[in-house]
Amino acid sequence: MSMVVPCILLGVTAWGVSRGVDVWSTLVEGGGEGLRTAVRMVPSLVGLLCGVYMLRASGALELLEGAIAPLLGWVGIPPQMVGLLVVRPISGSAALGLGAELIENYGPDSLVGRTAAVMLGSTETTFYTVAVYFGAAKIHRTRYAIPAALCADAAGFLAASWAVKWLFG
Amino acid sequence: MSWIWMVMVGASILCGAATGRMDEVAGAALEGANAGVELCLAMVGVMCLWMGVMKVMEKSGLVGGLSRCLRPVLSRLYPQHSGDERIMGAVSANVAANLLGLGNAATPLGMRAAQLMAEGAGGVASDSLCMLVVCNTASIQLIPATVASIRQAAGSVSAFDILPAVWLASAVSVTVGIVAAKVMARMWR
Repeated sequence: MSMVVPCILLGVTAWGVSRGVDVWSTLVEGGGEGLRTAVRMVPSLVGLLCGVYMLRASGALELLEGAIAPLLGWVGIPPQMVGLLVVRPISGSAALGLGAELIENYGPDSLVGRTAAVMLGSTETTFYTVAVYFGAAKIHRTRYAIPAALCADAAGFLAASWAVKWLFG
Repeated sequence: MSWIWMVMVGASILCGAATGRMDEVAGAALEGANAGVELCLAMVGVMCLWMGVMKVMEKSGLVGGLSRCLRPVLSRLYPQHSGDERIMGAVSANVAANLLGLGNAATPLGMRAAQLMAEGAGGVASDSLCMLVVCNTASIQLIPATVASIRQAAGSVSAFDILPAVWLASAVSVTVGIVAAKVMARMWR
C-alpha cells in the first residue's frame, strides 16, 4: 500500500503534463484551497472536540458504550463506535470530531482507530445529502429514499468493522 | 447542529455531576478546544497536497474521461433516462467527481441531474431520483483524504493503509443501497 500515494502523484502529474496543464501552479492553487478548507474547519472542530472531550471525561460515552456494547459486539462492531454510528448520518463535522477523538485516543493504527477511520471514509452525511438534493429538485414526497440510504449506511458500518478486523485483526 | 451541541454539553454535565467528575469535565472542555486547533494544524499538510492533486485531476479532464467510461454502467442503473443526454451526462459526471473525491464539483452536477429528473413529477420523487440520492449518500470516494490526514496528524505509521478496507466498505455500502432502492421501488408506491 505504501506505493499508492507516490504512484498517484506521479500518475496525475504525468497525465496533467500530457494534457498541457500547468501542473505546478494548479497544485499550488489547489493547495491554497486546502489551506482555506482546513482553516474553515477550525471553529467547528474546536467546538465539537470540546463537546466530545467533555462527554468522554464525564463518563457519558462509557455509559452509552456499556449499554449498547452487547448488541454491537454481537454484530461485530467495536462498542467505542456508538457515538459515531448515531452522529454520522446527521452531521459530518460532528462525526469528524468524534472520529478524530477515537483516532487520537486509541491510536491511528489501533483496531478502534482504524475502524473509525474506515467508517468515516466509507459513509456520507446522509441527511444533509438528502436535504440538498431533494431541496434542489423541489421534492416534498421523498418516498423510500431515506430508508434505503440508511440501509446503505448500516451496511457501510458493518462492512467497515468486518473489513478492518479481517485485514488488520 | 445546535441540538447536537446542547445534547453533548448537557449530557456531559449531567453525567459529570452524577459521577462526581465535574473537575475533569471542566478541564476536558478546554483541552478539547485546544485539541481542535492542533488537529486542524496537523491536518493542513495532507489536505493541501490532496486538494492540489485533485485540482490537477479536475483541470486535466480526468472527470470527463472517467464519466464517459461510467456511462454504459450507469445507463443500466437509470433505465428510464438512458436515452436522455442531459441527465445521463450530469449523472455520470457526478459519479466521476464523487469517485475522485471532488465533492465541490459533484454536488452541483448531482443537483442538476436531480432537477432534470424531477421535471413534471409534481414534487414526488421518482424511482430514478431516489436512486440518485441513495447513490450520493453512500460515499464512493477512492482516496479519503480528510480521514487520511487525521490519521497522519495522530502519528499513523502509514496513513493510507486503510484504503483497501475503505474500498471494500464503500462497495458493500453502495451495493446494499442500490439493492435496497431497487427492492423498495417495487414495494413502495
